[in-house]
Amino acid sequence: MDFLGIGILTWITFVPIVGMVAVLMIPKDNQSAMKWAAAAATFVQVVLAVMIYFSFNRGLSGINTLEGMQFVEKVTWIDIKSVPWFGRIHIEYFMGVDGLSTPMVLLTALICFLAVFASWNIEKAMKGYMAMLLLLDTGMMGVFVALDFFLFYVFWEVMLLPMYFLIGIWGGPRREYAAIKFFLYTLLGSVLMLLAMIALYFSVTIPDPATGERIYTFNMLAMMDPANYQAGSLLAGLGTYWRHLAYIALFIGFAIKVPIFPFHTWLPDAHVEAPTAISVILAGILLKMGTYGLLRISYPMFPELANYYAWPLALVALINIVYGALCAMAQQDFKKLIAYSSISHMGIVLLGMSAMNTQGMVGAVFQMFNHGTITAMLFLIVGVIYDRAHTRDLDAFGGLAITMPKYTGIMTVAFFAALGLPGLSGFVSEAFSFLGAFQTFRVITIISTLGIVLTAGYMLWTLQRVFLGQPNQRWASLPDINGREMFTLVPLAVIVLVLGIYPSFMLDLMTSSVNHLVDFVKETGASMTLVP
Amino acid sequence: MVDQALRSLAQFLPETALAVCFCLAILVGIIFRRRPQIVPVVALVGITVAVWFAIQQTGSSESVFSGMIVVDPFAAFFKIVIGTTAILILLFSIYSSEVQSTIKRLVEYSSLLVAMTLGMFLMAGSANLLMMVLSIELTGLSSYVLAGYTKEAPDSSEASLKYIIYGALSTGLMLYGISILFGLTGGALEFSDINKALAGGSVSPLALLVASLLIIAGLGYKISAVPFHFWTPDVYEGAPVTITAFLSVASKAAGFAMLIRFFKVSFIDSNVVGLPAGFWASLQDFEWNKIVAILSVLTMTLGNLVAVWQNNLKRLLAYSSIAHAGYMLMGVVVLSDKGIAAVLIYFVVYLLMNLGAFYIVMLIEAKTGSEDIDSYKGLGYRSPFISVAMVIFFISLAGIPPTAGFIGKLFLFAALLDAKWIWLAIVGAINSVISLYYYVRVVRNMFLRDPEGAKTPIAFSLPQFAILVILVIPTLVFGLYYSPIVELANASLSMFGLP
Repeated sequence: MDFLGIGILTWITFVPIVGMVAVLMIPKDNQSAMKWAAAAATFVQVVLAVMIYFSFNRGLSGINTLEGMQFVEKVTWIDIKSVPWFGRIHIEYFMGVDGLSTPMVLLTALICFLAVFASWNIEKAMKGYMAMLLLLDTGMMGVFVALDFFLFYVFWEVMLLPMYFLIGIWGGPRREYAAIKFFLYTLLGSVLMLLAMIALYFSVTIPDPATGERIYTFNMLAMMDPANYQAGSLLAGLGTYWRHLAYIALFIGFAIKVPIFPFHTWLPDAHVEAPTAISVILAGILLKMGTYGLLRISYPMFPELANYYAWPLALVALINIVYGALCAMAQQDFKKLIAYSSISHMGIVLLGMSAMNTQGMVGAVFQMFNHGTITAMLFLIVGVIYDRAHTRDLDAFGGLAITMPKYTGIMTVAFFAALGLPGLSGFVSEAFSFLGAFQTFRVITIISTLGIVLTAGYMLWTLQRVFLGQPNQRWASLPDINGREMFTLVPLAVIVLVLGIYPSFMLDLMTSSVNHLVDFVKETGASMTLVP
Repeated sequence: MVDQALRSLAQFLPETALAVCFCLAILVGIIFRRRPQIVPVVALVGITVAVWFAIQQTGSSESVFSGMIVVDPFAAFFKIVIGTTAILILLFSIYSSEVQSTIKRLVEYSSLLVAMTLGMFLMAGSANLLMMVLSIELTGLSSYVLAGYTKEAPDSSEASLKYIIYGALSTGLMLYGISILFGLTGGALEFSDINKALAGGSVSPLALLVASLLIIAGLGYKISAVPFHFWTPDVYEGAPVTITAFLSVASKAAGFAMLIRFFKVSFIDSNVVGLPAGFWASLQDFEWNKIVAILSVLTMTLGNLVAVWQNNLKRLLAYSSIAHAGYMLMGVVVLSDKGIAAVLIYFVVYLLMNLGAFYIVMLIEAKTGSEDIDSYKGLGYRSPFISVAMVIFFISLAGIPPTAGFIGKLFLFAALLDAKWIWLAIVGAINSVISLYYYVRVVRNMFLRDPEGAKTPIAFSLPQFAILVILVIPTLVFGLYYSPIVELANASLSMFGLP
């Protein structure tokens, strides 16, 4: 699908940059023009995402085959002629989507569009804010559509700086600390990923179609084929020390993003200090990049190690689920509670992934999407109340259901979706994840389900403390949710409801890819040969 | 003899141009005593001509003046880097308050800058122990004076004095090492003769080690590698910003050129076969690269850790430049063409980003009178364009895409992993995370803090912006499209006398 000769994935990735340039050119005083420019750019993105959704061929699987990828764009980016001691450097601008990335593309487009509206009342430096938000958008979208590791890495890193500024300039009281902590943690993860990426680069060669000469490549699909690993290279040979090291380096890089215990400490700080829209993006999209990276890169490139490290992954998933839920239960701060609940819910994704079967993996990918929508709602909800009351102390409220009935209604949907009530989307994905994991890791899964009980506990307790009980007179005159806020929440609520009742709208997209991924990782992992 | 000298002169055009330019600068200074502003123009023209001659040399590979100096692509590359730096520094000087406030001494300033460039050109090409010492001295003497150029400021004189003392000491050590080597090899002075002598007879490994350590001390002083770096922060802080910037890039480049050439040519073992393409072996299992590896780890780690605590931006950049020398040493450790190519790539990138950062420090200093990190508070709101440029340079120094600095790091790490120096790569990677912390401190002050005191916008003139743009654009473009620098580095690897 092309527009003006440029592929749809390029458009969807770089439309925010166009918006950013437009925002930067608008004179300083015209704030509403900036907002509308940003809204327009992200709206175009949503339209493109919807087009992708409808023209996506649900039968193709992708993962490791070029034929299975859709909307592929492949252009030579950097080509440096061969010298004997370096070989040829050939990097491609290579994009494409399959059932793994399409849900993430949809999520990114939607969340970014809503985030613009959630940022409508930013008080300082609107121009800088919108420009950074749009740059961040490009980085995130790029990560989900890139199929060349180098390109992927560039997009991955492009996000860091805007995120630093968004938290650091527009955040809460401890914003400086939170911003630098986020920046340093993520950079640590990415340099480890960089080293693993270079090691992969020097291990994989593909024949040049024109000359037949074997060239090193950053092509992710080539890195998934064991036949492409060169004998004597760093990552050749099964079960070698280097392969383990590279896998662990990649894992830490992604684990910091997810975040997996014990790399999670940046998350509560960043989420709490970030402005509402940025918390929404952080929880809604950024965390998914970690799990997406594991599925897109770690699993198919190191299938034997993915199997080998499946049970440690299940174990950290268990810790994430239970530890996150327990921490959430102890919070006084509304936003911090949601932040910890994210850790717990991402644990369910990890548990589903570790199961190595279709149910678990489908559950994991679906949970990634659902968590994106549900957490986005939760953070928006916190934002609504914080905008009015300027406090997030859970005990300061009470009886809000009387003063803000509409707000309470929509909030209830989000809370019940988060605790996994049947009929809402969260239930489906959690059920799949646990179902899958139960077949593989019985004990761990049984203990993990404790997380569901705990989640129900803190969610309902919060509901009770904030919305039920005696109304606090301080908040008697709070206005109910307004149209703009409604506009950000309702689409998400509708998605949560629809996917809860008829999950196939999303499951259809991902099943064939996820099936293929499971087969590939299991079969290749078991029978793979790598010339040492 | 005369024939040989004449033929050599034809290959000596860049240096001749600089020598002529130096004399002309002084003459013009005497003739137009009332208009010293002309002299920098003379220097600018002279250096540009020299760079143009150096570009002509990129294809040739010859030894001139009976083996004193070689002309090869490797030397040409460094001459171009050094010359370009000198040109940019002269442009910077137009807006330097330190230089312009002492306009009468512009003659000395410009001519010494030319002399220093000449010294560095010779350093890049010297293939003989005597030439090595002479060129280091020529560079050193000019830079001692320039470091103390603003003699009214006490720290400038202090900087100059420290620089001389450390310089004298390290050159002394180096000479001592050279004399040991001279004895060991039975009187060889040329690098290739040293190589032959070492390959032929068995030499006491201990004596060889001592000699190389002493020579490393001398070269380490030039590139400010830990533990020979003590002069760096004080000199960088005391000297005028333009000179600091020049020292941090050009002086380092010349030092690296000499270090790589000396160790590669003198200690290569060309009889070892069966190595992968682009790798070479060291003589007699003399593992000088392990010494360099230790030096590299010390240099980057100490540079980065100390930079974290600096509040003066010039000092911060001084320690950061120490750390960058450490990164570049990693490329020397691996004994492969990939490593050397990575160093060359890094120099191109480093030139852009480091000069850019120093240029902004200079501009801000001229307006606010302070180099303190606190004076950068709220700068993002007072002068957005300058601040955004500074962020780009700092992000590039930290090695984050999509900037050129990332490409530099990428090729260094690639060379390390290819040679299976994994632990060193991990140390380097962690160091770049540490470095981010102090770069971001400045960014934080510029954007996350409100201005203290004056909140009025700081205006800059169009030519000032133009110079900045010359540095910003390639820093970004090379981050996304780096074929030109990689191809340049690949073409500049061959040294005279080596396969």
